[in-house]
Amino acid sequence: MDQIVSLRPLFAVLVSMLVIPILLSSAKRPNVREAWTFIAGLIKFGLVVSMLPAVLQGREFVFTLSTPFPGVPIALQVDSLGMLFALVASFLWIFTSLYSIGYMRGLDEHAQTRFFAFFALALSSTIGVAFSANLFTLYLFYEILSLCTYPLVVHHQDQKARISGRKYLAFILGTSVGLVLPGMLYCYHLAGTLDFTAAGILAGEASPPVLIFLFFVFLFGFAKAGIMPFHSWLPAAMVAPTPVSALLHAVAVVKVGVFSIVRVSTGIFGVDLLKSLALGPAVATVASITILLGSLIALSQDELKRRLAFSTVSQLSYIVLGIALLTPKGMLGGVLHIAMHAFGKITLFFCAGAIMVATGKKYISQMGGLGRIMPVTLGAFFIGSLSVIGLPPTGGFFSKWNLLLGAIAADQIVFAGVLLASSFLNAFYFLPIVFKGFFAAAPAGEAASGIQEAPMCCVVPLVITAGISIALFFYPHIFMN
Amino acid sequence: MMSAHYPALLILFPLLASFINAAFLWVDRRLCFPVAVLGMAGSLYCAGQLLVQVLAAGQVSYRFGGWAPPMGIELVIDELNILVLVIISAVALINLIASKRSIHAELGIKDATFYVIYLLFVTGILGVTATADLFNLYVLIEIASLASYALLAMGNQDRAPWASLNYVFLGVIGASFYLLGVGYIYIMTGSLNMGDVQGLLPPIMHSPAITVAFVFCLIGVWIKMALFPLHGWLPNAYTYAPVSASRVIAPLMTKVMIYVMIRIMLSVFGYAYVFEQLDLQKWIVLLASVAIMAGAFMALAQKDLKKMLVYIIVCEVGYMVGGAWLGNVQGMTGAILHIINDALMTFALFLVLGNILFMQRKVSFDDMQGLFSAMPWTMAGFVLAGVSIIGVPPTCGFFSKWYLLLGGIQAGAWVFVAALVLSSLVSAVLVFRVVENGFFPPEQAEHSGHAHHQPAVINEAPATMLGSLGLISAGLIGIGLWSGVLVQKVILPFVHQGMN
Repeated sequence: MDQIVSLRPLFAVLVSMLVIPILLSSAKRPNVREAWTFIAGLIKFGLVVSMLPAVLQGREFVFTLSTPFPGVPIALQVDSLGMLFALVASFLWIFTSLYSIGYMRGLDEHAQTRFFAFFALALSSTIGVAFSANLFTLYLFYEILSLCTYPLVVHHQDQKARISGRKYLAFILGTSVGLVLPGMLYCYHLAGTLDFTAAGILAGEASPPVLIFLFFVFLFGFAKAGIMPFHSWLPAAMVAPTPVSALLHAVAVVKVGVFSIVRVSTGIFGVDLLKSLALGPAVATVASITILLGSLIALSQDELKRRLAFSTVSQLSYIVLGIALLTPKGMLGGVLHIAMHAFGKITLFFCAGAIMVATGKKYISQMGGLGRIMPVTLGAFFIGSLSVIGLPPTGGFFSKWNLLLGAIAADQIVFAGVLLASSFLNAFYFLPIVFKGFFAAAPAGEAASGIQEAPMCCVVPLVITAGISIALFFYPHIFMN
Repeated sequence: MMSAHYPALLILFPLLASFINAAFLWVDRRLCFPVAVLGMAGSLYCAGQLLVQVLAAGQVSYRFGGWAPPMGIELVIDELNILVLVIISAVALINLIASKRSIHAELGIKDATFYVIYLLFVTGILGVTATADLFNLYVLIEIASLASYALLAMGNQDRAPWASLNYVFLGVIGASFYLLGVGYIYIMTGSLNMGDVQGLLPPIMHSPAITVAFVFCLIGVWIKMALFPLHGWLPNAYTYAPVSASRVIAPLMTKVMIYVMIRIMLSVFGYAYVFEQLDLQKWIVLLASVAIMAGAFMALAQKDLKKMLVYIIVCEVGYMVGGAWLGNVQGMTGAILHIINDALMTFALFLVLGNILFMQRKVSFDDMQGLFSAMPWTMAGFVLAGVSIIGVPPTCGFFSKWYLLLGGIQAGAWVFVAALVLSSLVSAVLVFRVVENGFFPPEQAEHSGHAHHQPAVINEAPATMLGSLGLISAGLIGIGLWSGVLVQKVILPFVHQGMN
């Protein structure tokens, strides 16, 4: 394959890290600080986009930083899969920054400089994961991401945040140090390399039981993907300010987990090896359990953000399921779902945060009649729900459609059933919120006030992401290539 | 020609500075600090020059007074010890600069005396690292040890003298074991020069006397490096010492003794004897695994930062002993790389400790609540050094852990691998317990939920202490990213030569 040695991937990773000193030094002037966040966001997105044409032509950007171990460099490589993820993450960062301004100022949060600084660092490591050329580089950025999101999760610095922060680190760091690190070393011991290659590196290096064991070590080790039983950090992480939940715990961090699993499946093991090990159905079963249980638990949650979190747990496993089907359609559906779910779910989180800023309401039971107060927000919530459920006219339809086709092509009708059942469950836990919001009466004792939306900084991003969810229905080809 | 005398000057600079300072005690105490800095800077310069020489020409050998070994005294600087020498002289110099403010606060008028003994200690460990003579090694260990007994005893006057006395007893026992071992070697070979002994040993390798000699040397060194269960002297000695002293003794003394162990294994007795004839490595790796877990869990039981760090050292000693005894190239590489990395990591952690002690006087976990807002830079240094202890890339701790784990996997030493992974998890708990305490405001001051807007009062350590920490923190990442070069250019040539 045609490779271009270029510093561009490195700059795309580093730009949000380099802006941190400027953010810190302009702590006293919030407007200047936020301006710099936008500048960094635009440069980052611009750099990613600038590599798009060449990647679409099938070329790859590569850059090697240093070689700490023989055969294992710290290296970046931009291919189409990484490109897709980087595009989504860096694009949504710009809108999340706008939303953060409205949210953080609307709630008069403390330590905003720290918030924006660690947010920028988190984006650096996310793009780093997307552009990693080998498992070691991926692990490096994965760990940095784990650490730099901790101050964001425990932002409120109260007792609840303390407990959630512990849970967050215990799951995320415990699995990556306890499972991924030894697994990665064992891979290196077997293959002598950790590069992602189309054919995988492990074929024929060890006996099938060992390889199967190794695969499950990775599957559960990347706990950011929220596969049960390593999912409970995600609902706990909802104590974070909503922009964090929106971008990091619906898009960046969780997708990094899934992305890592995709990379290991396709680049380390390789589809052929997974087929010969007959791992598909086993992994698909693990994913299906998470899909169904996640949806069922989401039904029972009254706190809106927690319901969204369990929905995310469930939706993430769609992507894993898509990979596990080991058919081209399934893969396409899974990878598409990285993008489609991102736009849908970030809209839902933006709405949840906007409701909190405007009315202070966190619980679904309080949200009757809300549509008369916040029609725009709830309308966007409706669109986001449709996309996550997978109904037209939203982008989510295409990823689910391909997943279904993939399941049928793989002769795995059971999993097609799982997908459909979960879609029904999704509808059951999302649509009543919208329905009651528009048609039910407001809770007793609440005076009917006029339209009272959140600040513009909050509303504009969620309208845009909702709009994009619809646009993706008509132009899904942006990601399909 | 100066350049031919760097090996000797490396050791003589701090020694002379120490003597000069002893004289200045009667003239003007204020002169002691600059002289000490000059002495250490000279030493660091020599170490740097020697590094260049070793990279260019391999081994550098120096004969005192021109007497040829085995009769004369020889210093040998090769790929193994040059890194240790650079680290020792750099850490000792930086600590000296960081100590200027804190040592005066801790010891008052005795600070000048401190410099004299401190320089003697550094002379001792530099000599231990550079010498190629088994008996000189003993003498220099004793110089370093005696100096460290004195330094450690200068601390908390209720406890430090007792802790130090305890250390004296065990230290003397360790030294005696080592000396006995050397005596056996001398009886059997008639030589004390390492290279010479290595040449004389193969024909008499099967003699039980040689086994006794080796085991005695090993036990002596183990006591000095505080390998579990021979670690009893270490926790109290380091805890009650003045922090300016423990800050340099804790990272360096144990590492130097690990260097001595590797030197004796590979450059005196040799691979064939240690790994092929003696059938001990399985048991020693097991012992090291136990040491790792014991150190980790004892650290977990502590309630203040100082004691926690002290037990982390006990844990890390197990890493290096285990790696060295895996009997393969990866494990040995990991052990040697970890000498460097661990010296830097623990030094960074002790610098953090020193900063906090200097500003707050207290380091129990309860007293550290909300410390991030008061000392953000110091705590940032703690986080960096802490994740290096856990082994998170790109900090240097990850890279040596990589080799150690890989060595363990290759050797099939699964207990050791499990101990490494488990202790990493335990150190994650250790580090984040402190981070959590520092990050969250003190409980009584905690307001309901968010939005406590009172501006943080920053009360950071002086620039010299903060600068030292910054320098070492940068080193943690720098050494990490460039560890590939370090391993390829310096460590592997020695390991390949020593392990066949």
